[in-house]
Amino acid sequence: MFAEFLQYLFSGVTIGATYAMVALGFTLVYNASHVINFAQGEFLMIGGMATVSLLAMGVPLPLAIAMAVALAAVLGVALHKLAIAPARKADVITLIIITIGASIFLRGLAQIIWGKEFHAMPSFSATESVNVMGAVMYTQSLWVLAVAGVLVLLLALFFTRTLMGKAILATSMNPGAARLMGIRTQFVLMLAFMLAAVLGAMAGIMVAPITLTAYDIGIMLGLKGFVAAAIGGMGSGVGAVVGGLLLGIAEAMTAGYISSDYKDAVAFLLILVILFFMPRGLFGARVAERV
Amino acid sequence: MALRLPERVPGLPVLALVLLLLPLFLGNEFHLDIATQIALIAATVVGLNLLVGYGGQVSLGHAAFFGMGAYASAILTGTYGWTSIPALVCGALLVALLAWTLGRPILRLKGHYLSMATLGMGIIIAIVINNEGWLTGGPDGLAVEPLTVMGAELSIFDHYSLLGLEVSGALLWYGLAALLLLLAVWIAQNLVDSPIGRALRAVHGSEVAARVVGVDTSHYKLLIFVISAVYASVMGSFYAHYTGFITPQVASFEHSIELITMVVLGGMASTYGVILGAVLLMLLPQLLTDFQDYEMMMFGLILMLTMIFMPKGLLPTLSEAVRRLRPRPASAPASGQE
Repeated sequence: MFAEFLQYLFSGVTIGATYAMVALGFTLVYNASHVINFAQGEFLMIGGMATVSLLAMGVPLPLAIAMAVALAAVLGVALHKLAIAPARKADVITLIIITIGASIFLRGLAQIIWGKEFHAMPSFSATESVNVMGAVMYTQSLWVLAVAGVLVLLLALFFTRTLMGKAILATSMNPGAARLMGIRTQFVLMLAFMLAAVLGAMAGIMVAPITLTAYDIGIMLGLKGFVAAAIGGMGSGVGAVVGGLLLGIAEAMTAGYISSDYKDAVAFLLILVILFFMPRGLFGARVAERV
Repeated sequence: MALRLPERVPGLPVLALVLLLLPLFLGNEFHLDIATQIALIAATVVGLNLLVGYGGQVSLGHAAFFGMGAYASAILTGTYGWTSIPALVCGALLVALLAWTLGRPILRLKGHYLSMATLGMGIIIAIVINNEGWLTGGPDGLAVEPLTVMGAELSIFDHYSLLGLEVSGALLWYGLAALLLLLAVWIAQNLVDSPIGRALRAVHGSEVAARVVGVDTSHYKLLIFVISAVYASVMGSFYAHYTGFITPQVASFEHSIELITMVVLGGMASTYGVILGAVLLMLLPQLLTDFQDYEMMMFGLILMLTMIFMPKGLLPTLSEAVRRLRPRPASAPASGQE
């Protein structure tokens, strides 16, 4: 009984940590530019796929990861420079369509390069799993959690301790004032897209040995990351992490105890219920509308 | 916006003329088939535009209403042996009820939270359709009975004699779809010109300001949400009867995105613009089939580039360009800005 619960909790926390990383990417981009980047999920796909390809070419794992993340970072910058920046003044909905166009483009590109089939990646550790109080804990889950934890910590330090991090925060609060203070807001925006891409790619690489990877995994992972970010309240870093973990656990419990057919519905049901009662998410700031 | 004058007055007759003459230029049944599908989808998009373009409310889940209409018709006529029209009306009522109930809490949300909620609602409905195979046939899809009106069956495979002329079922279906599109446009334009339309434009301009001058904003937002949902449901019903086979794809997130893309691509708050958007977006895959593997990439690229360089949509951008070409006395200020 307890072992079963623990089992669901492990898988929930693992996938939740992945959602949290995607949600943090959403939050970063949203804070800096107020754009919802629907292409965020594609960075997970690119991270995972590129690593699989590089491994197949005989590149050692750490180098393969570094190269895949670098590729995602370049694509993140390109996305901002080529697609978002030129359309700065467009409507919210137009920007959404542009990022959706970008995600279809990236998916189409991935389909040409890697085909439509699923790709498997070996676990990082030689031992596949360990037994914890009757439940099976995959060593890859530990990798996911450790990497997510380190990334969150690094991000927290980056935003509180470095000038660049504070510049991003300043830009998100008031771009005009930030520019007057000598912050290069365009550079800040580019950095936010790059960091979001890196976060996404890391999440995609870490989770690939558990879930497999394919050209179209980015849609659902991206949407769930968006849900996680909205659960926490768009723009809140803590909210994104809590939202991600909450979503992962809720999903695993539903799949385990209720019905695995409706696993994917949990995220969306959860967000509807939360928004009905708390229209700005759990941690969203109450803001007055300027007329 | 600035389009109102040139497009409003002669628009409907011109559209009717185009729809009437189009079959003469369509070489084969395949082209006629695409034209019929485009007309049905365009009518859906005209309804969605009322919500998105005029009301300024984003919906990323509209295909769910389309899918519910389609499945209501398919199930009620197929499994329960109803005739087409009562099934269609029942589906539309069901959708209206659902949109009314869900619309209240959803439309209180703003911006990205509204996108999120409509997206969530749409995906949940799509998942239910996908999972409840005993009712919907699940991912394998469901065959749909041909449309029957007053005992007469309209099937694309049959031939009918109309006023002594031999007419194919496919052509009749095209005619029906064209009539539906004209009706959809006519209703939409009347709504836009009614007090409802004025209230909605006020909401789009500034919701707070609209409330201050006494517009019951939540009432109007809900009303237009229900109306646009019913548009989608009715067209979904016809679409199901026309294609004769539906899968959960009709209610999917991807389809929702296609619908809203047609609105934004063609030009928000421009009824003929969104029809153009529907035409282009549905023709694009046909044109891109030659590229085979590159189809998806090209589609994404074209979508991105169009929106980057024409953020206001095709028709408003084009008519703006035309206006700029025409020499104007300098004294006339740009009119029609809200």
